[in-house]
Amino acid sequence: MTIAATSPVATVPRRQLPPGRYRLTDLMRSEWTKLRTVRSTMWTLGIMVVVGIGVSALATAETRAHWSTMPPPTRLGFNPVSTSLTPLFFAQLAIGVLGVLVMSAEYGTGTARATFAAAPRRVQVLLAKTAVFGVVALVVSEVTAFLSFFVGQAMLTAPARHATLATPGALRAVVGMGLYLCVISLLALGLGTILRHTAAGISVFVGVLLVLPLIARALPNSIYNSVLRFLPAQIGIVIITNSSRAHSFSVWVGFSVLCCYAVAALVIGGALLVSRDV
Amino acid sequence: MIEARGLTKRYGDKLAVDGLTFDVRPGVVTGFLGPNGAGKSTTMRMVMGLDAPSAGGVTVNGRHYHDLPWPLHEVGALLEAKAIHPGRSARAHLQMLAQANRVPGRRVDELLELVGLTSVAGRRAGKFSLGMGQRLGIAAALLGDPDVLLFDEPVNGLDPDGIRWVRNLLKGLAHEGRTVFVSSHLMSEMALTADEVIIIGRGKLIAQRPVGDLLDQSALGFVRVRSPQMDRLVAALDAAGASVTVEDDGSASVRAMGAAAIGDLAADVHAVLHELSPQSASLEEAYMELTEDSIEYHGGQPVGAPAGGIR
Ligand SMILES: Nc1ncnc2c1ncn2[C@@H]1O[C@H](COP(=O)(O)OP(=O)(O)OP(=O)(O)O)[C@@H](O)[C@H]1O
Ligand SMILES: [Mg+2]
Repeated sequence: MTIAATSPVATVPRRQLPPGRYRLTDLMRSEWTKLRTVRSTMWTLGIMVVVGIGVSALATAETRAHWSTMPPPTRLGFNPVSTSLTPLFFAQLAIGVLGVLVMSAEYGTGTARATFAAAPRRVQVLLAKTAVFGVVALVVSEVTAFLSFFVGQAMLTAPARHATLATPGALRAVVGMGLYLCVISLLALGLGTILRHTAAGISVFVGVLLVLPLIARALPNSIYNSVLRFLPAQIGIVIITNSSRAHSFSVWVGFSVLCCYAVAALVIGGALLVSRDV
Repeated sequence: MIEARGLTKRYGDKLAVDGLTFDVRPGVVTGFLGPNGAGKSTTMRMVMGLDAPSAGGVTVNGRHYHDLPWPLHEVGALLEAKAIHPGRSARAHLQMLAQANRVPGRRVDELLELVGLTSVAGRRAGKFSLGMGQRLGIAAALLGDPDVLLFDEPVNGLDPDGIRWVRNLLKGLAHEGRTVFVSSHLMSEMALTADEVIIIGRGKLIAQRPVGDLLDQSALGFVRVRSPQMDRLVAALDAAGASVTVEDDGSASVRAMGAAAIGDLAADVHAVLHELSPQSASLEEAYMELTEDSIEYHGGQPVGAPAGGIR
């Protein structure tokens, strides 16, 4: 192959640059391509939806099967909405892992060098990732939440009690679960940006969700009662159980606190992105 | 045009790049040479705005990389390590880069064709051989049709055919008036590709000059002289300031004086010349001579070999 005769670059007239400079929308288009062209995205999101439905079906079928032998107080305390939303506990791990990967995979594979050479304004790259991944996470999370709810309610046939979206607080719980998953995945993206390492990012994320509550429980009761409300996992439980709980924030206050965590992680990540070498 | 001024990079205690000042001009292939760990890759990462200099700076076309409005349209680079997600196809990799800087989508297919990856464009890059990965990296560098191109050891992992292809590509790009900056630690490779070389060692600039001049200034070059009147000739050469070594075979190696001057001098003292032959060092030797003092990672002596016995 010789290139002397047919120049590889003669096809585009030189100096025909678009006006201005590259924009956030260009980077968002690029991030969307990145997200949909690796299998791990499709796998993780697919598994989240499918396993979510499965977990919901199992949890509600279990209740239905034992309904007749249940002691009356248990029946009375049964919450059909939150039972159908148990997939939350698995789904948050799946979408969180993906959130970490959205940034850590760039470093793990070296793509970060190509990415930041194309877009040296690194904070814009993070913004584009947050926007694109955030929307994808929100859509898939809401789909998971609604499917889990409907499948679960369909399993809860009479005499077991079931709920509909019109049941007081049900819609808020279902929509809230999707919102919670979306924000928790952005918190994970922030952690991935800070740590830049997939294993470290996932470990810290899982630690925040699963290990922090265990540590909190080991503390004296008075401290436990005052820190419990700040734990992301507890905020999630409040959202899907849709009831006020002792030592917890109300639904929307808790959700706002969670948003603050995600924003803080992303802001710290952005600052580190600018100050560190790629 | 790449202009580095006092470019310095410190990693902890280690001075990886130490006050480099150089220009890389358009229209020629500029080789960037230095032993392992000399700081070539670090310098290139600083040009690309990926690593921040500890001191000094470097501009591309008069601007800091960060300030380029459309980086891929102005600078393309193949950096040392692979920069490709193993799970993404070659086409998707180029596509996502193209979108980031509004490069027309058809360029992706043109470049896949150019580097010969069209048939495997949909396959995951993780399955690519070293050479295919290198070709994909080259396609990514050329994507935005940039004026300035950086290649960090582009022939790594390529077969002879691929090496020749890269060599011609680099020359062709320079011929079109682009700035082509290519690193290597092989002088022999640069001798065939580069017009000019920048040589560094331990982060410091050793030399920047046209490839041809490397030989002229090498102390390794000398003129071999034979003459029946050797004693008289040697005395005259000595007196004229040349440095003369009489070898075991009766010839003399003359340094610091050209063949023509030696011939004139021989005529003056009526010495008959049986041989007057300039011996030039190989480029590789000239390069080794220049970088001798700055090699950080020497190979060890083979066990049992007498010290200094192997060179
Ligand atoms: N991120 C880093 N952190 C710490 N030290 C580094 C880093 N990158 C490079 N170095 C050190 O800086 C020096 C220069 O490395 P660099 O990779 O630039 O050399 P090079 O000329 O490209 O070598 P080679 O020919 O082996 O590719 C080396 O001693 C290396 O160990
Ligand atoms: Mg290197």
